[in-house]
Amino acid sequence: MPKLTIDGNEIEVAPGTSVLQACEQLGIEIPRFCYHDRLSVPANCRMCLVEMERAPKPVASCAMPCSDGMVIKTDSEVAKKARKGVMEFLLINHPLDCPICDQGGECDLQDQAVAYGMGKGRYGETKRAVPDKDMGPLIRTVMTRCIQCTRCIRFAREIAGVPDLGAVHRGEHMEITTYVDKAIASELSGNLVDVCPVGALTSAPYAFAARPWELRKTESVDVFDAVGSNIRIDARGGEVLRVLPRLNEDVNEEWISDKTRYAIDGLKRQRLDRPYVRKNGKLQAASWDEAFQAVAAKLAGLDGSQIAAVAGDQVDVETLVAYKDLLTALGSANLECRQDGATFDAATRAGYIFNTGIAGIEKADAILLVGTNPRREAAIINARIRKRFLQGGLTVGVIGEKADLTYAYEHIGTDGAALLKVASGEHPFVQVLKNAKNPMIIVGSGALARADGAAVQNVARNIAVDNNMIREDWNGFNVLHAAASRVGALDVGFLPGVGGKDLAGILAGAQSGAISLVFLLGADEIDTTKLGSAFVVYQGHHGDKGATRADVIFPGSAYTEKNATFVNTEGRPQLTRQAVFAPGEAKEDWKIVRALSAVAGKTLAYDSLAQLRARIAKQWPHLSAIGDATPAVWGAFGVAGPVIEAQAFVSPVANFYMTDPISRASATMARCTDTFLGAAEGASAQARTGTHG
Amino acid sequence: MSASNKVPTWEPPFSFTPENLAKAHKIIANYPVMRRASALMPLLELAQRQNDNWLPRSAMDFVADMIGVPRVQAYEVATFYTMYNKAPVGKNMVRVCTTTPCWLRGSDDIVATCKKKLGVDMGDITEDGQFSLHEVECSGACVNAPVVEINDDYYEDVTPEAMERIIDAFKRGEKPKAGSQIGRQGSCPEGGPTTLKAFTAPDQGGE
Repeated sequence: MPKLTIDGNEIEVAPGTSVLQACEQLGIEIPRFCYHDRLSVPANCRMCLVEMERAPKPVASCAMPCSDGMVIKTDSEVAKKARKGVMEFLLINHPLDCPICDQGGECDLQDQAVAYGMGKGRYGETKRAVPDKDMGPLIRTVMTRCIQCTRCIRFAREIAGVPDLGAVHRGEHMEITTYVDKAIASELSGNLVDVCPVGALTSAPYAFAARPWELRKTESVDVFDAVGSNIRIDARGGEVLRVLPRLNEDVNEEWISDKTRYAIDGLKRQRLDRPYVRKNGKLQAASWDEAFQAVAAKLAGLDGSQIAAVAGDQVDVETLVAYKDLLTALGSANLECRQDGATFDAATRAGYIFNTGIAGIEKADAILLVGTNPRREAAIINARIRKRFLQGGLTVGVIGEKADLTYAYEHIGTDGAALLKVASGEHPFVQVLKNAKNPMIIVGSGALARADGAAVQNVARNIAVDNNMIREDWNGFNVLHAAASRVGALDVGFLPGVGGKDLAGILAGAQSGAISLVFLLGADEIDTTKLGSAFVVYQGHHGDKGATRADVIFPGSAYTEKNATFVNTEGRPQLTRQAVFAPGEAKEDWKIVRALSAVAGKTLAYDSLAQLRARIAKQWPHLSAIGDATPAVWGAFGVAGPVIEAQAFVSPVANFYMTDPISRASATMARCTDTFLGAAEGASAQARTGTHG
Repeated sequence: MSASNKVPTWEPPFSFTPENLAKAHKIIANYPVMRRASALMPLLELAQRQNDNWLPRSAMDFVADMIGVPRVQAYEVATFYTMYNKAPVGKNMVRVCTTTPCWLRGSDDIVATCKKKLGVDMGDITEDGQFSLHEVECSGACVNAPVVEINDDYYEDVTPEAMERIIDAFKRGEKPKAGSQIGRQGSCPEGGPTTLKAFTAPDQGGE
């Protein structure tokens, strides 16, 4: 353990710690541009120079490992002068266009020029200019502002795994470019904007929209996938202008996916801003009272078994519990949250959550992916696997589609037969699992959404048990969900009750007439043509497929407009917080259920969010442990049965950019679809949802 | 910078000839498996020699794919080094050093002679494709300034007259003698040694 002195303070640090990190541990701020905690250290900006005793010149603290007896001075005349010099050189070719630069107000160069710079330039010659690059629909470039810190190159190569960025030419002529003028085909490309310390790479959709000091900042979580990335929502007035990541080492570190960051323009389009009631075959605007009366009148004549509810992918726990309470009061057990039609066994919590946790991936040394493409279903989790892969000693096997996951893997097979081969121990990959210290299996929600989902779940469980994945200190059985609401809904049992029908049963019942009223809670991914002549009540925030089929529409709130609980794939409950108000007459979702229950004569026993949360905490105490993933108890689950050998595993996410009502309404996501999946796909994706024009 | 920034819009497809492919595999075998990327520079040079002394992007891509490095990495390396030519050059590449020592020793006259003799400007190729003229920064042979590199050889102590002679020889398809054009051996003083004469043979100017 080297012991060194920094500014007169003695500190003992772990071997391998850099001087810059040691300074940070002491709370001493060292200016830097190229250094980033999560990227490799090139030491090329020279901003972090400090004075070191017995060294002939200032040293770059980011690349200097601490050693015993070092004496570092960070605020000496030498250090200050060195920084001033570096800053002056950096500013030689940096334009003085801060007033028209989007980074203004949150720019590292601006801040550090004020704190460590000269205050006055001495350079009177012409500055260089660099042509801008085309990096796709998400990133706007002004390359003249670039200071060549190379953070973006390192992010693309190391974290995102798409080595498309590079620094070409040399010296004064050096430029950052994509190879060759191509959009960055990564689901994490938005993070380039965050790592760029200057205004060279800025957010294209947010261009010239606002200054940081005008924005109201709300800490929240993301609902576009089941990762539950921690985000900060920046809003001005009633408009969400941008989403930025929040640090959470256990979940998303400091990255978020492009959908999380850029799909927010979908919150402004196709919104349901007032209740609608279908009259004479046409949806017509109505008052809340009319809408409630219409549903209550329909409910009055119905037996509980004739009522059903299907929950979609972005429904919060509070709303689910309120709906479950209402349907139970109405005598219905026909509840289903798995709108993908999955029928796996949800009785044991360990059987449907990501037991190791996302951070647990870093402990794994063998991973078997079954029926999942994590890059599309949970880009942040894929980045975590890549991070672990780059550390070395990780072997990944894939059963499912053979896609570019940004790391090398052994492709075992695509279908059920391949899974059975691993289960029976025939396939050589089993040896990898057996020899691993912490083996892990990740079952995608696509694998469980098959007709034989319960059997696949059972086989996966057997693989886990047979290969040392289930121990006191390690539970390597993981399910990777694609929907933000899923684990919360499974936790509160938004599932067919005793004698209740599952999704197939509900749809069959609706067609045969056995089910006369269906509540769709933001359920837009089911086949709405199969709802027969049932009376459909749609509660949600976007005019997507479900609303088109509805007889009554209750306008609800999107995740940016309500305080609500979401449980991520690890089983970690997290809170979204209201950043803006829902448009028009739309209300917070649980309040709609509460109001409906009163009109229907089955008044729910809670009048405030606090009371509702107390009700949830009483029955499901782990859901009130906000931010903590409560470990699940291992048990029996799954149903032994035949796995369809010939059926290939398919990822539930075909187009990363459009998975839900919000992203389908987003013009930015449509542009991304055009760019990265081809114009045909983009046009047809828009035509399908009717969000074009 | 040399003529490297003028990237042509059309680029021929590239692959190694069988002989060069064998050479390439030999080069790759020089490096440990984990360090394959180190073969990038010699392979780029091989590709350049095969392709009339310039590197199209297709060649960079081919080499990058061959050793499994990102294509952009080959592009980074090729654009960093001035001796990789990113645009077509003449069959004989005339590179005149104009850095301070050569300049002091009259490189301006050499440049003027070349321009007059070849009828092209810096960075251009003669119409017959036989010559291209380039300006380079320090060639590293200052002691024999002024220096002109032509293809793989250094022509040192060049005078305008010598330059004309050299170009004429190349025009005739000959390869004039490289090295000092005033008969110096290596970088010995002009006219033989001036010190330590006791230790040198009489035929080298000693006593």
